[in-house]
Amino acid sequence: MATLVELDGVSKRFGATLAIDALSAVVKGGEVTGIVGPDGAGKTTLLRLIDGLLRADAGKITVCGRNAATEAAAIHTVAGYMPQRFGLYEDLTVHENLTLYADLRGVVAAERARAFTRLLGFTKLEPFQKRLAGQLSGGMKQKLGLACTLIRKPELLLLDEPGVGVDPISRRELWAMVYELVDQGIGIVWSTSYLDEAERCGNVIVLNEGKLLYQGTPGALTSRAAGRSFLVTEAGEGRRKLLSHAMTLPEIADGVIQGRGIRLVVAEGEAAPTAASLGVAEEVSVWPVAPRFEDAFVALLGAKATHQSALAGVRHAGERDAIVVAANALTKRYGSFTAADHISFAIKRGEIFGLLGPNGAGKSTTFKMMCGLLRPTSGTTSVAGIDLYRAGSAGRARIGYMAQKFSLYGDLSVRQNLAFFAGVYGLKGERRAAAIARMIATFALTPYLEADSGSLPLGFKQRLALACAIMHEPDVLFLDEPTSGVDPLTRREFWAHINATVERGVTVMVTTHFMDEAEYCDRVALVYRGRVIAEGSPDDLKASVATGETQEPTLEDAFIALVDADESRLAS
Amino acid sequence: MNPATHSGRARRIGGLIRKETLQILRDPSAMVIAGILPLLLLFLFGYGVSLDLRQVALCLVVEQPNAETGSLAASFANSRYFTLESGRDRRQCDADLVAGRLKGVVVVAADFAARASRGDAAPIQVIVDGSDPNTAGLVQNYIQGVFGNWLRQQQIASAAPAPAQVSLVPRLWYNPSIESRNFLLPGLVVVIMALIGTLLTALVVAREWERGTMEALMSTPIGIAELLIGKLVPYFVLGMAAMAISVATAVFVFAVPYRGSVAALLLVSSVFLASMLALGLLISTLARNQFVASQIALIGAFLPAFLLSGLIFEISSMPLPIRLLTNLLPARYFVPAMQTLFLVGDVGAVLVPSTLSMAAIAAVLFAATARNTRTRLD
Repeated sequence: MATLVELDGVSKRFGATLAIDALSAVVKGGEVTGIVGPDGAGKTTLLRLIDGLLRADAGKITVCGRNAATEAAAIHTVAGYMPQRFGLYEDLTVHENLTLYADLRGVVAAERARAFTRLLGFTKLEPFQKRLAGQLSGGMKQKLGLACTLIRKPELLLLDEPGVGVDPISRRELWAMVYELVDQGIGIVWSTSYLDEAERCGNVIVLNEGKLLYQGTPGALTSRAAGRSFLVTEAGEGRRKLLSHAMTLPEIADGVIQGRGIRLVVAEGEAAPTAASLGVAEEVSVWPVAPRFEDAFVALLGAKATHQSALAGVRHAGERDAIVVAANALTKRYGSFTAADHISFAIKRGEIFGLLGPNGAGKSTTFKMMCGLLRPTSGTTSVAGIDLYRAGSAGRARIGYMAQKFSLYGDLSVRQNLAFFAGVYGLKGERRAAAIARMIATFALTPYLEADSGSLPLGFKQRLALACAIMHEPDVLFLDEPTSGVDPLTRREFWAHINATVERGVTVMVTTHFMDEAEYCDRVALVYRGRVIAEGSPDDLKASVATGETQEPTLEDAFIALVDADESRLAS
Repeated sequence: MNPATHSGRARRIGGLIRKETLQILRDPSAMVIAGILPLLLLFLFGYGVSLDLRQVALCLVVEQPNAETGSLAASFANSRYFTLESGRDRRQCDADLVAGRLKGVVVVAADFAARASRGDAAPIQVIVDGSDPNTAGLVQNYIQGVFGNWLRQQQIASAAPAPAQVSLVPRLWYNPSIESRNFLLPGLVVVIMALIGTLLTALVVAREWERGTMEALMSTPIGIAELLIGKLVPYFVLGMAAMAISVATAVFVFAVPYRGSVAALLLVSSVFLASMLALGLLISTLARNQFVASQIALIGAFLPAFLLSGLIFEISSMPLPIRLLTNLLPARYFVPAMQTLFLVGDVGAVLVPSTLSMAAIAAVLFAATARNTRTRLD
């Protein structure tokens, strides 16, 4: 296939940051090229450079035979670009949005009618033409955005993180649509921070901090980790400790919790781990497994995630099996709309419990009711024995909360943020000084103490946010999508800290639509249309949908199958 | 240019205008800014604000009442400008003057009758609350007027020879009843137009940036001029509608006379509105954020139109740097133009230079906007 985009030594600087650093790569027609990297890697900048929306400081970009620096207008006629926020007018209807882009791209008369029929059918938006774009679901908005960019069939389609904010089902549909476009010969660039999406691309450009780490097929990168991936099962309750220990061993390159087991990647040339080499007395089983893109990606990043957390240590007193967090028939109605419908669950001490579900399923509503931020229409909550909605500040001091977005004061320094949150949680005098000192030591914040927290690297922002949430030693920790958009190393480190707090008897409740995060949970509840449609450990959920066809379903497969089953149950 | 490109351009502009119109119709805030805000301001100023003095609280201190002082007191009491208190000692009034309950005190001394008949320079003492110099000046003038009238009547009554050979009979042109409303309201239309013109456009482009739709627009074959025209046309129509509402309200509700021609009004206000829309677009392009854009629009357009246009404060009495600065404000030209159109008529000597000045400013603003609106993100 023809080369559509050629990047030759491209650099782009914003102030002091080098967003793209001497990048050379190619994008070919007739396949999906993934731009893969964590937040801040330079993915959006690269797409904007390709579309001529930004001018490179150095190097040359050729798009469909045209120079992106001087012929941006010509590129805009042959390339379609969907920005992260779709570029839709929310106060216009589906049809009006399409009409605008048809006018702008000069698609008229009979050609327009044909394009509309084709795209509305393709995106299954036909029945919603009169609906305002703002009232569409995330997945439907994404499809409409795609339709608007496809109104005149482009040679090159640039999609900026189309998988963000889209539930697994819509995401799968989006991929099906993209593959169909590839079959028509269109070259597609899909940027993503999700590594499972990278595996679906024909070709990937892996970026980190503006630098090219790899270009080629995802399979070729994955195969670098061939024979090095293993699943350790039957470690049971001790798996978090085992993982923490395993990561100290020089022969182990990477490791994550996966359901009840641990996934380990050994360093190049090392033998399979055994119970003995891992230093455990109990009988654990070690199985070789197929490598994943993530295994190779982490190896590519070069550093080993720190799994040691200074939080590990003394266990909290308290009975292990006691129910610490409970929801009983929790219901929230807004007018005729039921956002949460009789949701019940119970979380034991020292357990990580996940609320999993697509956007708008009701997990945020449930989460807010649990935190006491929203009054339930009916039903009760109990957190560490108290109803947080009624308990007020004294009760809230028993919980820690970390919001989805970085919600600390960006223009306060790290030390000031810590001092502020210590004060908020009522820590005074020596206790306050001790708590702050402990957090600084635990999260190694010393080099950044006087820096504005807004300017910290992402990993340190995460650490600081967690430090502010746990410095008052809460019994229960609420986490709202804590690591979405974060690179795998930072995510591993974050969960190492969470695992350590759990070992100390802290109970954790987490919401996520991110399957990798769900794997860290002991149990998850799948929330869909305001109801819990399935509950169990990630392994249970996977096993419940295993068929002859998919022997080893992923959690995402399980998610989709369970939602589908619920849909058909409702339909019949 | 070949016809295909030309029709493509027309279609792109048409598409943008249609989109913008739909957004205006669906967005209640645009309708409130264009429809309700002008009426609110007009009624507020039409009924609430006046630069005329009415019913000023005044204390008349007569130290030794007699026939002369009695007729002087009657003159003050009959004036519609004052509400009168009377006293025998000035010290009685001091406290009220300090507290602001009185705007002025007139002291008629014990030897008043004798001094008045001698033709002394200051037969009465006037004490005015000078904390507000504007009002103080007016109060002083009004008191002098009342006293002068009384003096003349006294002379006629006593059949004494008139001391002055020349008497002044003022005749006011254009606004014979000296209603400040008649020149305030036409000027207020200017302020309203300045606010609407800048605020509407300042918000819309910033909104496109905030919602990320600008990025999508830029990745289509649209050009800068097309984008600007597509934004301007709908808001020009909306602004002119607001203008029509304001002028109609001033003329039909507040009975402000309109002596100019409709054609002249259309021409002058179109040029002014264009300059304001251009300013709004420029603000919006530079701010890229709705909150900042609206703040700049208020500070950069509304306040200068109000304070520096000569509507409230006389430009000729401003310090030189400020006076020079006002030359850059379209409102400074539009205020006299509107006052002329309403109260005098089509006076070319006022309207032509004003319109040309505003057109020049508009052209500069459009050029600056086009320069700063790039089809590029950096």
